[in-house]
Amino acid sequence: MTAYLLKRIIIAALTLVLASIVVFAVMEILPGDPARLMLGMNASAEQVEVLRDQMGLNAPLVLRYLHWAAGLLSLDFGRSYTYSVPVIDLVRERVVVSLPLALIALALSTIIAIPVGVFSASRQGRAGDTLAMGAAQLGVAVPNFWFALMLIYLFAVWLRLVPAGGFPGWSAGIWTALKSLLLPAVALALPQAAILSRVARSALIEVLNEDYIRTARAKGLPYRAVLWRHALRNAMIPVLTILGLQFAFLLAGTIIIENVFYLPGLGRLIFQAITQRDLIVVESIVMLLVAAVILINLIVDFSYAIVDPRLRGRQ
Amino acid sequence: MKLWKTILAASVLSLAAATSAFAARTDLTLGIVLEPPHLDPTAGAAAAIGEVTYANVFEGLTRIDDNGQVQPGLAETWAVSDDGKVYTFKLHSGVKFHDGSAFSADDVKFSLDRARVKDSLNPQKQLFAHITDVSAVDPSTVKVTLDGPQGGFLYDMGQVAAVIVAKGSADGNKDKPIGTGPFKLDHWAKGSEITLVKNPDYWGTPAALDKATFRIVPDAAAAVPALLSGDIQAFANMPAQDALGQLQSDPRFSVVIGATEGETILSINNKKPPFDKLAVRQALASAIDRSAIIDAASNGLGKPIGSHFSPGDAGYVDLTGVYPHDIAKAKEYLKEAGLENGFSATIKLPPVPYARDGGQVIQSQLKDIGVNLQIIPVEWAEWLSQVFTNKDYDLTIVSHVEPNDIDIYSRPGYYFQYDNPKFNDVIKELGTTVDKDKRLELLGEAQKILAHDVPAVYLFELPKIGVWDAKLQGMWTNWPIEADDLTKVKWTD
Repeated sequence: MTAYLLKRIIIAALTLVLASIVVFAVMEILPGDPARLMLGMNASAEQVEVLRDQMGLNAPLVLRYLHWAAGLLSLDFGRSYTYSVPVIDLVRERVVVSLPLALIALALSTIIAIPVGVFSASRQGRAGDTLAMGAAQLGVAVPNFWFALMLIYLFAVWLRLVPAGGFPGWSAGIWTALKSLLLPAVALALPQAAILSRVARSALIEVLNEDYIRTARAKGLPYRAVLWRHALRNAMIPVLTILGLQFAFLLAGTIIIENVFYLPGLGRLIFQAITQRDLIVVESIVMLLVAAVILINLIVDFSYAIVDPRLRGRQ
Repeated sequence: MKLWKTILAASVLSLAAATSAFAARTDLTLGIVLEPPHLDPTAGAAAAIGEVTYANVFEGLTRIDDNGQVQPGLAETWAVSDDGKVYTFKLHSGVKFHDGSAFSADDVKFSLDRARVKDSLNPQKQLFAHITDVSAVDPSTVKVTLDGPQGGFLYDMGQVAAVIVAKGSADGNKDKPIGTGPFKLDHWAKGSEITLVKNPDYWGTPAALDKATFRIVPDAAAAVPALLSGDIQAFANMPAQDALGQLQSDPRFSVVIGATEGETILSINNKKPPFDKLAVRQALASAIDRSAIIDAASNGLGKPIGSHFSPGDAGYVDLTGVYPHDIAKAKEYLKEAGLENGFSATIKLPPVPYARDGGQVIQSQLKDIGVNLQIIPVEWAEWLSQVFTNKDYDLTIVSHVEPNDIDIYSRPGYYFQYDNPKFNDVIKELGTTVDKDKRLELLGEAQKILAHDVPAVYLFELPKIGVWDAKLQGMWTNWPIEADDLTKVKWTD
C-alpha cells in the first residue's frame, strides 16, 4: 500500500515540474507584448521599454523561470501585470465562484449518471435502456454553450426564475448566490452526466456477465442486492477514472460557461489574462489547475485502493 | 395544465412587478464587453477605462460632448494669447475630489506635468508634447504655455487621457479612482461589475441617477437575454449585431445607431513590394466594393468613407467616388504595375467581427482581379506586436478609433510605412494653424491626398449601436470618444 501511494506521489511531483516548464515556455513563445498591450497604439517605443523594465520583462528567460518557480514553491504566485495586485488575491476572489460551480456540477452529474447507468444496465436492450441511452447520446452531442443559452431563454427570460447571468457574490446571501450558479451548473453537468451514465452502463453490463454474479444470484441473493452491492462496486473503477478526468473537463468547461453566464470565475480570469497577455496570471493559474487535476487523480488512485482491495496488497 | 397556469400567472406577475418598479428608478445597469484592466485613464490605453470613468468619475479642463464639440469642464472659461501660445484657464471654484480634498490650479499643474515628463506612461503622451510650461497663477487660474500655436489644444485637453487627478491620490487611481466627477466608485467586483454611486458633493449639476453599475458581459450571445430578462437595461454599444432585428421590433427597447470616430480601413504595408507601387494600391481600391463589405462587416450600418475622416466631423469631404468599384479598371492598374497575372499576399485579421467578416469579403473581391489573399487570423496581442510594432504584414483590417487622427499617416515609423512629403507638409501646417476656415481647408486637402494616393483602402465608419430600455433618456448617440457619459441619463415616466 505505502509503496503504491509513494510511487503515485513521486509521479505527481514530476508531472508538476514538467508542467511548469511547458506552461512557462508556451506562454513565452506566444507572440505579443503585455507592455504594448497596456499602453496602446499611441504610446512610443521608449514608453513601452520603460514599462517593460518596470514589469521585469527584460530579465533573461531562465532567470525569470527560476524566479517564478521559486515563488510557486513558497506559494507566492507573483503580481498581475494588468490588475497590479497579487495573483493569489485574484485567485481567492475567483475560486469561490469556480470551485462551488465545478463541485455542484460534479455532484449533479454523478447523481444523475449512476442511477441512469444502473437503470439502463439492468434493462439492457429494452425500451427504457434505449430511451435513456438515446437521451445520453443527445446529451453528449449538444454543445454546452448552446444548451446554456437555451436554459437562459427558458428560465431567465421566459419564466424569470433565475437571473440571466452574473454573480451577486456570497455576501448577497447563500440562496441568491446559489441561484445564479444553478443554470451554469446544470449546463456543465448534463453533458458530463451523459458520458458518465454510458460508462457506468457498459461497466455494469460487463460485470453483470461475470460468473460470480450468477453465483450470487444462485445462492439466493435478490437481484437488487446483487446489482447495487456486488456489481456496482466492481464497476466503479472505470466510473471513478472517468469522474477524475471529468473534473479536469469541468474546469476547462467553466471557461466557456463562465463566459456565457458572465460569472467572475477562474475560467473567465484565464481567458481574459490570455487575451491581455497577463502572462504571470495565466502561468500561475494554469499551474494551480494542473496541481488540482493531479491531486484529483491522486485521490482517484487512492480510491481505487479503497474499492479494490487487491490493489492494496500489490507491492 | 394547472401547473402551466401557475407558471404563466407567476411570470405575468413578476413582469408586472418589474414594470411598475421602473417608474421611480434611479439605478441603471449597463453592459460592457471588456473589463477595464484598471480605472486610471492616465495610465492605460484600454477603451473600457474611459467608458466607465470619463465624465462620470474623472473630468478634464474641457470636455467633449456627444457631438464631438468642446465644452467647458473644470475650466469655466479660457483666454488664448494673440500668438496662440498661451492658454489661461479660469477654474471652477468649490470643486472637491472624491476623497474630500480641494481641487485647485496645483492639481492641474501636477496632472499635466505628470503626463508630459520623460518617463510618463500616459497612453496619449503626444497630446502634451507641445506644452513647454504649466504654472498655477493663483488657486483658480492656470497658465499653459505651448511651443507654438496648436489648433486642437482645447480638444486635446478634453480627451480621456487628459483628465485631472490629485497629487495625493494619483498613484492609487488604478484601484481607487479619485476624481472630481458626479459619480464616485462604490465597489469593483473584479470580473463581475463596477458600481458607481452619485457624488453628493459634486460641484456642478448633480446626476439624476443614484447608482450606475457597469456589468461585464463578455459573450455576445449572452447580451440579448441579459437585456430581455431586464438584468441589464443598456448597452452603449451592442456586441450582438445579428440580434438587432429582434430588439428593434420590441417596443420595450430603443435601438439608436450613432457614429464613432472609428475609420475602418484596409491598411497596407506601403514599403513592401508590390504595395510600394501606386498602381497596385489603386487596383486594390478599384477592386473593392464597399457596400458588400459594409453589409457583411457591420450589418449594413456603417457609413462608407473615401479617406481617413469621419463623415460626422466638420471639414469632411466625400471622396468615396475617387476609385469607384470597377473590376476592368482595377485590372488595368495591375497591368500598369506589370502584374497582369495577379499576385499573392497575406491579410492579418484581428479578432473583431468587422475584421474577420470584412476580410473574407475582401478576399473574394480581390480574387476577381487575380490577387490571392491568404487570411491569417491573429489575436490583439499578436496584432500589436507583429503588425503594429514589427510591421510584419502585407494587409490588415482595423478600425482607427482615435478622434481626429488623420496625422497618423505622417508619423515616422507608423505601421503604414507611408512617407509622403507633400502630406507631411499639410499636417505640419495644420498643427500650427488656429484659424477655423484655414484648418478646414487643410483638413480637406489632407483627405484628398490620402484618397488619391491610397496608403490604405478606406472602407467605412464604424457604427455605434446603442440599445437601451425605451424609458431611458440621455444616453450618448455618438461616440466622438469612447465614453459612457451618464451625467444626463435618467429614467422617464
